[in-house]
Amino acid sequence: MVTIIVVIVVIIALIAIYAGIYNGLVSARVQTQESWSQIDVQLKRRNDLIPNLVETVKGYGKYESSTLEKVVELRNQMTQVPAGDHQQAMEVSDQLTSSLKSIFALAENYPDLKASAQYSELMEELSNTENKIAYSRQLFNSTAANLNTKIQSFPTNIVAGIHHFAQVEYLKVPEEEKENVKVSF
Amino acid sequence: MLYQQIARNKRRTVYVMIGFVLLVLLIGAAVGYVFFDSYVAGVLMAVVIGGIYMALMISQSTSVVMGMNHAHEITSADQAPELWHVVEDMALVANVPMPKVYIIDDPSPNAFATGNNPEHAAVAATTGILDKLNREELEGVMGHEMTHVRNYDIRLQTIALALAAVISMLVNIGMHSFWWGGGRRNNDREGGGYIQIILMVLSLVVVVLAPIAASLAQMALSRNREYLADAGAVELTRNPRGLISALEKISNAEPMKEADPSSAALYISNPIKKKSMANLFSTHPPMEERIKRLEQM
Repeated sequence: MVTIIVVIVVIIALIAIYAGIYNGLVSARVQTQESWSQIDVQLKRRNDLIPNLVETVKGYGKYESSTLEKVVELRNQMTQVPAGDHQQAMEVSDQLTSSLKSIFALAENYPDLKASAQYSELMEELSNTENKIAYSRQLFNSTAANLNTKIQSFPTNIVAGIHHFAQVEYLKVPEEEKENVKVSF
Repeated sequence: MLYQQIARNKRRTVYVMIGFVLLVLLIGAAVGYVFFDSYVAGVLMAVVIGGIYMALMISQSTSVVMGMNHAHEITSADQAPELWHVVEDMALVANVPMPKVYIIDDPSPNAFATGNNPEHAAVAATTGILDKLNREELEGVMGHEMTHVRNYDIRLQTIALALAAVISMLVNIGMHSFWWGGGRRNNDREGGGYIQIILMVLSLVVVVLAPIAASLAQMALSRNREYLADAGAVELTRNPRGLISALEKISNAEPMKEADPSSAALYISNPIKKKSMANLFSTHPPMEERIKRLEQM
């Protein structure tokens, strides 16, 4: 009688532990997906802002047209990136960031452009978006690290193996690039 | 490390609460004994005042603290785009909901966070900090505040602040009724003797020392949190330079006018600034030490 009770209790305890581990893995995975969608929102937001920027800057000097074309082209490329391909999205995003920076740098030559309220509003919007992309990347990497640690460590690795939880690849954010991404005025 | 720290903070909040509640009851008893000739009256008074005040503080902490510091809320990014966006960024990377944002009209640069939990948190910044700091520095400061939010420091501080206020209120009530002659004991009671004198002296000692003990506890709690929040800010921004230069600017500035002394412990840097005060009594670690630790990161 006693042994039966002990066996039942042990089985229930094991099931509870298993369920706890499994749910922990699921919530870690959901967190990485959520933090990726944060990045995605900001990428889309920036794509929406770019036509405004192009409209505002277009009138000033023709030698910028190549820079503007580059930005528009990258913007279109951004929309072509397949939904699951995080690394490619980040690559295009980084190129877009640096060409936006060159637009801002060229704007230094046009005092009336810099003085316009519309332009400074756009600047704040864009730099806000750039910073948010950088910070949501950081968040993504820390949620990914959380999931990956779980998948690798004992005893979670057993449950992860049974249910085929895959490790998430980190987004590369080299130190000097992080410096570039931050647009501050 | 981080999650353990959050758990430790939550646990410590419980200890602090139990300790403070006992202290409040003890002080109630002492005040009652000394000034109203009855333990029970004192304890009852402490329970009623303490209970009402705590309930008020926990449900209204944000508006009470913000009111004490003359802060007004901003509700959209247009009112202070840079501050709003920086707070948004820090909340994003700290993985906490967007807190309420307040501004204090004071030329001295300073900031603090308060609230009951990350879902009901608020940060405040002075107009001085918005004028004097660039974006990078502001990120450091708001990263520091967001760490307080994420680590539940804000709840610990709110409760400590409320209980310290209750204690000083009790002592004040006792003192007032004493000076205005209400309910004074007459000493020619029978029996008494030595035990009564000893109890009387002990009660007086408790009444005198308790407020000091309460604020010492509050300050010790606060000092440790500051180092942790500085470290947390660097973890969020990945940029110690921003916070270092922000702290340098803040420590070189004049003291605040609008700050409420009892919420001094909440601010990123002591807003009242009495130089050369004993270490035991300061709510904040010395600025040089904080900067030194940041430089080593």
